[in-house]
Amino acid sequence: MAKYLLLKHYRGAPAPANDVPMDQWTPQEISAHVQYMQDFADRLEKTGEFVDGQALAPEGAWVRYDGEGRPPVTDGPFAETKDLIAGWMVIDVDSYERAVELAGELSAAPGAGGKPIHEWLEVRPFLSAPPTISECAFHG
Amino acid sequence: MDEVLLRSLTPSVLGILVRRGADFAAAEDAVQDALVEAVRVWPADPPRDAKGWLVTVAWRRFLDATRADVARRRREDRVDEEPAHGPAPAADDTLQLYFLCAHPSLTPSSAVALTLRAVGGLTTRQIAQAYLVPEATMAQRIGRAKRTVRGVRFDQPGDVATVLRVLYLVFNEGYSGDVDLAGEAIRLTRQLAAQVDHPEVAGLLALMLLHQARRAARTEPDGSLVPLAQQDRGRWDTELIAEGVEILQRALARDRLGEFQAQAAIAALHADAPAAEETDWVQIVEWYDELARLTDNPVVRLNRAVAVGEADGARAGLAALAALDSALPRHTAVAAYLHERDGDLATAARLYAEAARKAPDLAERDHLTRQAARLNTRRCH
Repeated sequence: MAKYLLLKHYRGAPAPANDVPMDQWTPQEISAHVQYMQDFADRLEKTGEFVDGQALAPEGAWVRYDGEGRPPVTDGPFAETKDLIAGWMVIDVDSYERAVELAGELSAAPGAGGKPIHEWLEVRPFLSAPPTISECAFHG
Repeated sequence: MDEVLLRSLTPSVLGILVRRGADFAAAEDAVQDALVEAVRVWPADPPRDAKGWLVTVAWRRFLDATRADVARRRREDRVDEEPAHGPAPAADDTLQLYFLCAHPSLTPSSAVALTLRAVGGLTTRQIAQAYLVPEATMAQRIGRAKRTVRGVRFDQPGDVATVLRVLYLVFNEGYSGDVDLAGEAIRLTRQLAAQVDHPEVAGLLALMLLHQARRAARTEPDGSLVPLAQQDRGRWDTELIAEGVEILQRALARDRLGEFQAQAAIAALHADAPAAEETDWVQIVEWYDELARLTDNPVVRLNRAVAVGEADGARAGLAALAALDSALPRHTAVAAYLHERDGDLATAARLYAEAARKAPDLAERDHLTRQAARLNTRRCH
Protein backbone atom coordinates (compact mmCIF):
# COMPACT_ATOMS: atom_id res chain seq x y z
CA MET A 1 0.00 0.00 0.00
CA ALA A 2 1.17 3.50 -0.71
CA LYS A 3 -0.24 6.83 0.24
CA TYR A 4 -0.92 9.59 -2.25
CA LEU A 5 -2.01 13.16 -1.86
CA LEU A 6 -4.59 14.42 -4.34
CA LEU A 7 -4.21 18.18 -4.32
CA LYS A 8 -6.87 20.59 -5.45
CA HIS A 9 -5.86 24.16 -6.26
CA TYR A 10 -7.74 27.43 -6.12
CA ARG A 11 -5.04 28.82 -8.41
CA GLY A 12 -1.93 27.52 -10.10
CA ALA A 13 -3.33 24.47 -11.87
CA PRO A 14 -3.76 24.48 -15.66
CA ALA A 15 -7.22 25.76 -16.64
CA PRO A 16 -9.89 23.03 -16.62
CA ALA A 17 -12.10 22.33 -19.64
CA ASN A 18 -15.29 23.45 -17.91
CA ASP A 19 -13.88 26.64 -16.40
CA VAL A 20 -16.88 28.48 -14.93
CA PRO A 21 -16.53 29.90 -11.38
CA MET A 22 -18.82 28.20 -8.91
CA ASP A 23 -20.87 31.29 -8.08
CA GLN A 24 -22.00 31.31 -11.72
CA TRP A 25 -23.44 27.80 -11.51
CA THR A 26 -27.03 27.13 -10.60
CA PRO A 27 -27.68 26.10 -6.98
CA GLN A 28 -28.67 22.63 -8.27
CA GLU A 29 -25.32 22.30 -10.05
CA ILE A 30 -23.53 23.18 -6.81
CA SER A 31 -25.54 20.57 -4.92
CA ALA A 32 -24.72 17.96 -7.54
CA HIS A 33 -21.03 18.81 -7.26
CA VAL A 34 -21.01 18.60 -3.46
CA GLN A 35 -22.89 15.31 -3.62
CA TYR A 36 -20.39 13.87 -6.10
CA MET A 37 -17.45 14.73 -3.83
CA GLN A 38 -19.23 13.22 -0.83
CA ASP A 39 -20.14 10.04 -2.68
CA PHE A 40 -16.57 9.73 -3.89
CA ALA A 41 -15.16 9.93 -0.34
CA ASP A 42 -17.82 7.51 0.93
CA ARG A 43 -16.99 5.02 -1.79
CA LEU A 44 -13.27 5.19 -0.96
CA GLU A 45 -14.04 4.66 2.68
CA LYS A 46 -15.94 1.49 1.75
CA THR A 47 -13.07 0.20 -0.41
CA GLY A 48 -10.68 0.89 2.46
CA GLU A 49 -8.67 3.46 0.50
CA PHE A 50 -9.72 6.73 2.14
CA VAL A 51 -7.38 8.31 4.68
CA ASP A 52 -8.26 11.96 5.01
CA GLY A 53 -9.85 14.85 3.19
CA GLN A 54 -9.72 18.51 4.14
CA ALA A 55 -10.57 21.85 2.60
CA LEU A 56 -8.54 25.00 3.23
CA ALA A 57 -9.67 28.59 3.45
CA PRO A 58 -8.19 30.67 0.65
CA GLU A 59 -6.64 33.27 2.92
CA GLY A 60 -3.57 32.53 5.02
CA ALA A 61 -0.34 34.21 6.04
CA TRP A 62 3.39 33.63 5.83
CA VAL A 63 5.11 33.23 9.19
CA ARG A 64 8.76 32.89 10.12
CA TYR A 65 11.10 32.87 13.13
CA ASP A 66 12.60 36.28 13.81
CA GLY A 67 15.26 35.53 16.42
CA GLU A 68 15.47 34.77 20.12
CA GLY A 69 12.92 36.55 22.29
CA ARG A 70 11.15 38.16 19.36
CA PRO A 71 7.65 37.35 18.18
CA PRO A 72 7.42 35.56 14.82
CA VAL A 73 7.15 37.74 11.75
CA THR A 74 3.95 37.39 9.80
CA ASP A 75 3.36 38.58 6.28
CA GLY A 76 0.58 38.32 3.77
CA PRO A 77 -1.87 37.14 2.73
CA PHE A 78 -0.54 37.68 -0.76
CA ALA A 79 -3.36 37.91 -3.25
CA GLU A 80 -0.92 37.49 -6.14
CA THR A 81 0.51 34.12 -4.97
CA LYS A 82 0.63 31.97 -8.07
CA ASP A 83 -0.18 28.67 -6.42
CA LEU A 84 -3.00 28.34 -3.93
CA ILE A 85 -4.04 25.01 -2.48
CA ALA A 86 -7.77 24.56 -1.89
CA GLY A 87 -7.77 21.18 -0.22
CA TRP A 88 -6.67 17.61 -0.42
CA MET A 89 -7.60 14.02 -0.18
CA VAL A 90 -5.18 11.42 1.10
CA ILE A 91 -5.66 7.91 -0.25
CA ASP A 92 -3.92 4.67 0.57
CA VAL A 93 -3.87 2.48 -2.52
CA ASP A 94 -2.05 -0.50 -4.02
CA SER A 95 -0.45 1.22 -6.95
CA TYR A 96 0.33 4.49 -8.65
CA GLU A 97 -2.07 3.45 -11.41
CA ARG A 98 -4.90 3.20 -8.90
CA ALA A 99 -4.06 6.65 -7.53
CA VAL A 100 -4.23 8.10 -11.03
CA GLU A 101 -7.49 6.28 -11.72
CA LEU A 102 -9.06 7.77 -8.58
CA ALA A 103 -7.74 11.26 -9.29
CA GLY A 104 -9.35 10.98 -12.72
CA GLU A 105 -12.68 10.09 -11.13
CA LEU A 106 -12.45 12.97 -8.69
CA SER A 107 -11.66 15.35 -11.54
CA ALA A 108 -14.87 14.29 -13.26
CA ALA A 109 -16.97 16.01 -10.58
CA PRO A 110 -19.79 17.88 -12.33
CA GLY A 111 -19.68 21.66 -12.68
CA ALA A 112 -21.56 24.20 -14.79
CA GLY A 113 -24.22 22.59 -16.99
CA GLY A 114 -23.83 19.37 -15.00
CA LYS A 115 -20.80 18.50 -17.13
CA PRO A 116 -17.48 17.26 -15.70
CA ILE A 117 -15.10 20.07 -14.75
CA HIS A 118 -12.02 18.17 -15.95
CA GLU A 119 -10.18 19.95 -13.14
CA TRP A 120 -6.43 19.27 -12.99
CA LEU A 121 -5.52 17.58 -9.72
CA GLU A 122 -1.98 17.15 -8.51
CA VAL A 123 -1.05 13.59 -7.47
CA ARG A 124 1.91 13.41 -5.10
CA PRO A 125 3.26 10.22 -3.52
CA PHE A 126 4.05 10.28 0.20
CA LEU A 127 7.63 9.53 1.18
CA SER A 128 7.04 6.36 3.16
CA ALA A 129 8.80 4.86 6.16
CA PRO A 130 11.78 2.62 5.29
CA PRO A 131 10.85 -1.04 4.79
CA THR A 132 11.60 -3.55 7.51
CA ILE A 133 13.54 -5.82 5.17
CA SER A 134 16.29 -3.59 3.88
CA GLU A 135 18.66 -6.07 2.23
CA CYS A 136 17.91 -7.19 -1.25
CA ALA A 137 17.24 -10.92 -1.05
CA PHE A 138 18.31 -11.55 -4.65
CA HIS A 139 21.77 -10.13 -4.20
CA GLY A 140 22.24 -10.87 -0.58
CA MET B 1 -27.10 -2.27 28.19
CA ASP B 2 -27.85 1.43 28.43
CA GLU B 3 -24.48 3.06 27.95
CA VAL B 4 -25.77 6.55 28.66
CA LEU B 5 -27.17 5.39 31.98
CA LEU B 6 -23.84 3.76 32.74
CA ARG B 7 -21.96 6.94 31.90
CA SER B 8 -24.34 9.04 33.98
CA LEU B 9 -22.96 7.27 37.05
CA THR B 10 -19.40 8.42 36.24
CA PRO B 11 -19.23 11.63 38.26
CA SER B 12 -20.68 10.23 41.46
CA VAL B 13 -18.45 7.14 41.34
CA LEU B 14 -15.42 9.31 40.69
CA GLY B 15 -16.46 11.64 43.50
CA ILE B 16 -16.65 8.73 45.94
CA LEU B 17 -13.13 7.58 45.05
CA VAL B 18 -11.75 11.08 45.52
CA ARG B 19 -13.54 11.37 48.89
CA ARG B 20 -11.95 8.10 49.91
CA GLY B 21 -8.55 9.64 49.36
CA ALA B 22 -7.66 8.74 45.79
CA ASP B 23 -6.09 11.60 43.93
CA PHE B 24 -8.19 12.88 41.07
CA ALA B 25 -5.96 11.79 38.19
CA ALA B 26 -5.55 8.21 39.41
CA ALA B 27 -9.22 7.94 40.41
CA GLU B 28 -10.28 9.14 36.99
CA ASP B 29 -8.17 6.46 35.28
CA ALA B 30 -9.62 3.83 37.62
CA VAL B 31 -13.21 4.88 36.86
CA GLN B 32 -12.50 4.73 33.12
CA ASP B 33 -11.19 1.19 33.58
CA ALA B 34 -14.30 0.27 35.52
CA LEU B 35 -16.56 1.68 32.79
CA VAL B 36 -14.75 -0.34 30.14
CA GLU B 37 -15.05 -3.42 32.32
CA ALA B 38 -18.77 -2.76 32.80
CA VAL B 39 -19.35 -2.56 29.05
CA ARG B 40 -17.62 -5.93 28.74
CA VAL B 41 -19.22 -7.77 31.67
CA TRP B 42 -22.67 -6.33 32.22
CA PRO B 43 -24.47 -7.56 29.10
CA ALA B 44 -24.00 -11.17 30.28
CA ASP B 45 -24.01 -10.49 34.00
CA PRO B 46 -25.82 -7.27 34.96
CA PRO B 47 -25.26 -6.18 38.56
CA ARG B 48 -28.15 -5.38 40.87
CA ASP B 49 -26.48 -2.26 42.18
CA ALA B 50 -24.78 -0.65 39.19
CA LYS B 51 -23.20 2.21 41.10
CA GLY B 52 -21.95 -0.04 43.92
CA TRP B 53 -20.43 -2.37 41.33
CA LEU B 54 -18.61 0.50 39.64
CA VAL B 55 -17.31 1.86 42.95
CA THR B 56 -15.98 -1.57 43.96
CA VAL B 57 -14.30 -2.26 40.64
CA ALA B 58 -12.90 1.26 40.29
CA TRP B 59 -11.54 1.24 43.83
CA ARG B 60 -9.85 -2.12 43.22
CA ARG B 61 -8.36 -0.78 39.99
CA PHE B 62 -7.14 2.26 41.83
CA LEU B 63 -5.44 0.15 44.52
CA ASP B 64 -3.90 -2.17 41.90
CA ALA B 65 -2.56 0.74 39.92
CA THR B 66 -1.06 2.51 42.89
CA ARG B 67 0.52 -0.70 44.26
CA ALA B 68 1.90 -1.54 40.85
CA ASP B 69 3.68 1.76 40.57
CA VAL B 70 5.42 2.22 43.89
CA ALA B 71 7.66 5.02 42.75
CA ARG B 72 4.73 6.96 41.47
CA ARG B 73 2.82 6.25 44.65
CA ARG B 74 5.63 7.74 46.74
CA ARG B 75 5.62 10.80 44.56
CA GLU B 76 1.88 11.17 44.98
CA ASP B 77 2.19 10.78 48.73
CA ARG B 78 4.54 13.71 48.83
CA VAL B 79 2.28 15.87 46.71
CA ASP B 80 -0.95 14.97 48.42
CA GLU B 81 0.04 15.33 52.02
CA GLU B 82 -3.05 17.26 53.00
CA PRO B 83 -5.65 14.99 54.58
CA ALA B 84 -7.94 13.87 51.83
CA HIS B 85 -10.05 11.58 54.02
CA GLY B 86 -12.48 12.80 56.63
CA PRO B 87 -16.23 12.70 56.78
CA ALA B 88 -17.89 13.15 53.44
CA PRO B 89 -19.91 16.38 53.36
CA ALA B 90 -23.53 16.19 52.40
CA ALA B 91 -22.90 18.01 49.11
CA ASP B 92 -22.98 15.86 45.99
CA ASP B 93 -19.55 15.50 44.42
CA THR B 94 -20.90 15.77 40.90
CA LEU B 95 -20.98 19.55 41.07
CA GLN B 96 -17.40 19.66 42.38
CA LEU B 97 -16.31 17.58 39.42
CA TYR B 98 -17.90 20.02 37.00
CA PHE B 99 -16.00 22.85 38.68
CA LEU B 100 -12.71 20.96 38.63
CA CYS B 101 -13.00 19.99 34.97
CA ALA B 102 -13.84 23.56 33.97
CA HIS B 103 -11.20 25.10 36.22
CA PRO B 104 -10.04 28.53 34.99
CA SER B 105 -6.43 27.28 34.82
CA LEU B 106 -7.41 24.97 31.95
CA THR B 107 -7.51 26.04 28.31
CA PRO B 108 -10.96 25.71 26.72
CA SER B 109 -10.00 22.63 24.69
CA SER B 110 -8.53 20.92 27.78
CA ALA B 111 -11.56 21.75 29.88
CA VAL B 112 -13.86 20.35 27.19
CA ALA B 113 -11.87 17.12 26.91
CA LEU B 114 -11.59 16.63 30.66
CA THR B 115 -15.29 17.33 31.21
CA LEU B 116 -16.31 14.81 28.55
CA ARG B 117 -14.11 12.14 30.12
CA ALA B 118 -14.38 12.70 33.86
CA VAL B 119 -17.99 13.93 33.99
CA GLY B 120 -19.35 12.46 30.77
CA GLY B 121 -17.63 9.10 31.05
CA LEU B 122 -16.62 9.07 27.37
CA THR B 123 -13.44 7.25 26.41
CA THR B 124 -10.41 9.09 25.08
CA ARG B 125 -10.97 7.38 21.74
CA GLN B 126 -14.55 8.63 21.51
CA ILE B 127 -13.52 12.18 22.39
CA ALA B 128 -10.66 12.06 19.88
CA GLN B 129 -13.02 10.87 17.15
CA ALA B 130 -15.51 13.56 17.99
CA TYR B 131 -12.91 16.31 17.65
CA LEU B 132 -11.10 14.75 14.69
CA VAL B 133 -7.69 14.46 16.35
CA PRO B 134 -5.50 11.37 16.84
CA GLU B 135 -6.24 9.41 20.00
CA ALA B 136 -2.66 9.87 21.27
CA THR B 137 -3.05 13.64 20.96
CA MET B 138 -6.30 13.58 22.92
CA ALA B 139 -4.74 11.32 25.56
CA GLN B 140 -1.94 13.85 26.02
CA ARG B 141 -4.40 16.73 26.21
CA ILE B 142 -6.38 14.98 28.93
CA GLY B 143 -3.22 13.95 30.77
CA ARG B 144 -1.93 17.52 30.80
CA ALA B 145 -5.31 18.80 31.95
CA LYS B 146 -5.27 16.38 34.87
CA ARG B 147 -1.79 17.52 35.86
CA THR B 148 -2.90 21.15 35.62
CA VAL B 149 -5.74 20.69 38.12
CA ARG B 150 -3.68 18.45 40.36
CA GLY B 151 -3.18 21.06 43.06
CA VAL B 152 -6.80 22.25 43.03
CA ARG B 153 -8.67 21.36 46.20
CA PHE B 154 -11.62 19.21 45.33
CA ASP B 155 -13.97 20.78 47.82
CA GLN B 156 -13.46 24.42 46.96
CA PRO B 157 -16.43 26.14 45.39
CA GLY B 158 -16.12 27.04 41.73
CA ASP B 159 -17.74 29.51 39.40
CA VAL B 160 -20.71 28.09 37.59
CA ALA B 161 -20.09 30.50 34.69
CA THR B 162 -16.89 28.65 33.73
CA VAL B 163 -18.79 25.36 33.65
CA LEU B 164 -21.48 26.88 31.44
CA ARG B 165 -18.89 28.14 28.97
CA VAL B 166 -17.43 24.64 28.67
CA LEU B 167 -20.84 23.03 28.15
CA TYR B 168 -21.74 25.71 25.61
CA LEU B 169 -18.55 24.86 23.68
CA VAL B 170 -19.36 21.16 23.70
CA PHE B 171 -22.82 21.92 22.34
CA ASN B 172 -21.84 24.54 19.81
CA GLU B 173 -18.64 23.09 18.43
CA GLY B 174 -19.72 19.51 18.26
CA TYR B 175 -18.32 17.83 15.20
CA SER B 176 -19.56 14.63 13.71
CA GLY B 177 -18.56 11.19 14.84
CA ASP B 178 -20.15 8.32 16.68
CA VAL B 179 -20.78 10.47 19.73
CA ASP B 180 -23.54 13.03 19.48
CA LEU B 181 -21.78 15.87 21.26
CA ALA B 182 -24.80 18.16 21.20
CA GLY B 183 -26.86 15.44 22.85
CA GLU B 184 -24.07 14.82 25.33
CA ALA B 185 -23.89 18.54 26.15
CA ILE B 186 -27.62 18.53 26.85
CA ARG B 187 -27.28 15.49 29.09
CA LEU B 188 -24.46 17.09 31.07
CA THR B 189 -26.34 20.39 31.35
CA ARG B 190 -29.47 18.60 32.57
CA GLN B 191 -27.34 16.82 35.16
CA LEU B 192 -25.82 20.14 36.21
CA ALA B 193 -29.26 21.75 36.44
CA ALA B 194 -30.28 18.97 38.82
CA GLN B 195 -27.32 19.84 41.02
CA VAL B 196 -27.42 23.60 41.13
CA ASP B 197 -30.32 26.02 41.14
CA HIS B 198 -29.10 28.86 38.95
CA PRO B 199 -31.11 30.81 36.35
CA GLU B 200 -28.22 30.83 33.86
CA VAL B 201 -27.86 27.04 34.06
CA ALA B 202 -31.56 26.87 33.23
CA GLY B 203 -31.01 29.49 30.52
CA LEU B 204 -28.27 27.45 28.86
CA LEU B 205 -30.33 24.27 29.07
CA ALA B 206 -33.30 26.06 27.50
CA LEU B 207 -31.04 27.48 24.78
CA MET B 208 -29.69 24.02 23.95
CA LEU B 209 -33.14 22.41 23.88
CA LEU B 210 -34.57 25.13 21.64
CA HIS B 211 -31.72 24.76 19.16
CA GLN B 212 -31.74 20.99 19.31
CA ALA B 213 -35.45 21.15 18.46
CA ARG B 214 -34.59 22.65 15.06
CA ARG B 215 -31.76 20.29 14.33
CA ALA B 216 -33.56 17.94 11.95
CA ALA B 217 -34.77 20.87 9.87
CA ARG B 218 -31.39 22.65 9.76
CA THR B 219 -29.75 20.49 7.10
CA GLU B 220 -30.79 18.77 3.91
CA PRO B 221 -30.05 15.06 3.59
CA ASP B 222 -26.95 16.02 1.56
CA GLY B 223 -25.63 18.10 4.47
CA SER B 224 -26.37 21.54 3.03
CA LEU B 225 -27.63 24.22 5.42
CA VAL B 226 -31.24 25.36 5.48
CA PRO B 227 -31.62 28.93 6.76
CA LEU B 228 -34.09 29.53 9.57
CA ALA B 229 -36.63 31.26 7.32
CA GLN B 230 -36.74 28.31 4.90
CA GLN B 231 -36.85 25.52 7.45
CA ASP B 232 -39.83 23.19 7.47
CA ARG B 233 -41.24 24.14 10.85
CA GLY B 234 -43.29 20.97 10.88
CA ARG B 235 -40.04 19.14 11.45
CA TRP B 236 -39.20 21.09 14.58
CA ASP B 237 -39.41 19.01 17.74
CA THR B 238 -42.38 20.47 19.58
CA GLU B 239 -41.68 18.54 22.78
CA LEU B 240 -38.20 19.96 23.08
CA ILE B 241 -39.55 23.43 22.33
CA ALA B 242 -42.23 23.12 25.02
CA GLU B 243 -39.68 21.92 27.55
CA GLY B 244 -37.18 24.65 26.62
CA VAL B 245 -39.80 27.39 26.83
CA GLU B 246 -41.04 26.17 30.21
CA ILE B 247 -37.52 26.03 31.66
CA LEU B 248 -36.80 29.48 30.27
CA GLN B 249 -39.98 31.02 31.65
CA ARG B 250 -39.22 29.74 35.15
CA ALA B 251 -35.68 31.12 34.90
CA LEU B 252 -36.80 34.52 33.62
CA ALA B 253 -39.38 34.78 36.40
CA ARG B 254 -36.52 34.95 38.89
CA ASP B 255 -35.44 38.24 37.42
CA ARG B 256 -31.72 37.51 37.28
CA LEU B 257 -31.11 37.88 33.59
CA GLY B 258 -27.93 36.58 31.99
CA GLU B 259 -26.64 36.06 28.48
CA PHE B 260 -27.84 32.46 28.13
CA GLN B 261 -31.37 33.35 29.18
CA ALA B 262 -31.37 36.22 26.69
CA GLN B 263 -30.10 33.96 23.90
CA ALA B 264 -32.70 31.37 24.82
CA ALA B 265 -35.41 34.05 24.74
CA ILE B 266 -34.45 34.86 21.14
CA ALA B 267 -34.51 31.17 20.23
CA ALA B 268 -37.91 30.87 21.92
CA LEU B 269 -39.33 33.74 19.86
CA HIS B 270 -38.23 31.97 16.68
CA ALA B 271 -39.68 28.71 17.94
CA ASP B 272 -42.93 30.50 18.70
CA ALA B 273 -43.52 31.75 15.16
CA PRO B 274 -45.73 29.38 13.14
CA ALA B 275 -44.17 30.80 9.96
CA ALA B 276 -41.04 32.86 9.33
CA GLU B 277 -43.15 35.90 8.35
CA GLU B 278 -44.88 35.83 11.73
CA THR B 279 -41.65 36.18 13.70
CA ASP B 280 -41.79 38.90 16.34
CA TRP B 281 -38.67 40.73 15.15
CA VAL B 282 -39.38 43.82 17.25
CA GLN B 283 -39.12 41.77 20.42
CA ILE B 284 -36.08 39.97 19.07
CA VAL B 285 -34.32 43.31 18.55
CA GLU B 286 -35.14 44.18 22.16
CA TRP B 287 -33.57 40.94 23.33
CA TYR B 288 -30.47 41.63 21.27
CA ASP B 289 -30.27 45.01 22.97
CA GLU B 290 -30.37 43.24 26.34
CA LEU B 291 -27.76 40.78 25.16
CA ALA B 292 -25.46 43.55 23.93
CA ARG B 293 -25.82 45.22 27.32
CA LEU B 294 -24.92 41.95 29.08
CA THR B 295 -21.99 40.82 26.95
CA ASP B 296 -20.77 43.67 24.74
CA ASN B 297 -19.95 41.02 22.16
CA PRO B 298 -19.61 42.42 18.61
CA VAL B 299 -21.12 39.23 17.17
CA VAL B 300 -24.30 40.05 19.09
CA ARG B 301 -24.40 43.45 17.39
CA LEU B 302 -24.00 41.76 14.03
CA ASN B 303 -26.98 39.50 14.72
CA ARG B 304 -28.86 42.51 15.97
CA ALA B 305 -28.30 44.23 12.61
CA VAL B 306 -30.02 41.29 10.91
CA ALA B 307 -32.94 41.54 13.32
CA VAL B 308 -33.18 45.31 12.77
CA GLY B 309 -33.25 44.61 9.04
CA GLU B 310 -36.28 42.38 9.57
CA ALA B 311 -38.04 44.64 12.05
CA ASP B 312 -37.45 48.05 10.45
CA GLY B 313 -36.47 47.23 6.89
CA ALA B 314 -33.23 46.41 5.10
CA ARG B 315 -32.06 50.03 5.03
CA ALA B 316 -32.24 50.24 8.82
CA GLY B 317 -30.35 46.95 9.03
CA LEU B 318 -27.63 48.25 6.72
CA ALA B 319 -27.36 51.40 8.82
CA ALA B 320 -26.91 49.28 11.97
CA LEU B 321 -24.33 47.20 10.11
CA ALA B 322 -22.39 50.27 8.99
CA ALA B 323 -21.57 51.04 12.63
CA LEU B 324 -19.75 47.70 13.00
CA ASP B 325 -16.21 46.63 12.15
CA SER B 326 -16.26 45.05 8.69
CA ALA B 327 -13.57 42.57 9.77
CA LEU B 328 -16.08 40.79 12.05
CA PRO B 329 -16.72 37.17 11.09
CA ARG B 330 -19.83 36.89 8.87
CA HIS B 331 -20.02 40.66 8.41
CA THR B 332 -19.90 40.22 4.63
CA ALA B 333 -22.56 37.50 4.70
CA VAL B 334 -24.90 39.75 6.69
CA ALA B 335 -24.22 42.63 4.30
CA ALA B 336 -25.04 40.37 1.34
CA TYR B 337 -28.31 39.31 2.94
CA LEU B 338 -29.39 42.86 3.76
CA HIS B 339 -28.51 44.11 0.27
CA GLU B 340 -30.60 41.33 -1.21
CA ARG B 341 -33.53 42.34 1.01
CA ASP B 342 -32.98 45.89 -0.17
CA GLY B 343 -33.33 44.74 -3.78
CA ASP B 344 -29.71 45.33 -4.81
CA LEU B 345 -29.12 41.87 -6.23
CA ALA B 346 -25.85 42.64 -8.03
CA THR B 347 -24.17 43.86 -4.83
CA ALA B 348 -25.71 41.00 -2.87
CA ALA B 349 -24.37 38.39 -5.31
CA ARG B 350 -20.89 39.91 -5.22
CA LEU B 351 -20.93 40.00 -1.40
CA TYR B 352 -22.23 36.43 -1.11
CA ALA B 353 -19.34 35.21 -3.26
CA GLU B 354 -16.90 37.23 -1.14
CA ALA B 355 -18.47 35.90 2.07
CA ALA B 356 -18.11 32.34 0.74
CA ARG B 357 -14.37 32.87 0.41
CA LYS B 358 -14.23 33.95 4.05
CA ALA B 359 -16.56 31.25 5.39
CA PRO B 360 -15.24 29.33 8.41
CA ASP B 361 -16.71 25.96 7.48
CA LEU B 362 -17.55 23.98 4.37
CA ALA B 363 -21.31 23.84 4.87
CA GLU B 364 -21.46 27.61 5.24
CA ARG B 365 -19.16 28.15 2.28
CA ASP B 366 -21.33 25.97 0.06
CA HIS B 367 -24.44 27.69 1.36
CA LEU B 368 -23.09 31.16 0.59
CA THR B 369 -21.84 30.07 -2.83
CA ARG B 370 -25.35 28.78 -3.54
CA GLN B 371 -26.80 32.13 -2.52
CA ALA B 372 -24.46 33.90 -4.95
CA ALA B 373 -25.31 31.36 -7.64
CA ARG B 374 -29.05 31.78 -7.02
CA LEU B 375 -28.83 35.54 -7.57
CA ASN B 376 -26.39 35.29 -10.49
CA THR B 377 -28.51 32.80 -12.38
CA ARG B 378 -31.66 34.78 -11.64
CA ARG B 379 -30.08 37.94 -13.01
CA CYS B 380 -28.78 36.21 -16.16
CA HIS B 381 -32.00 34.51 -17.23
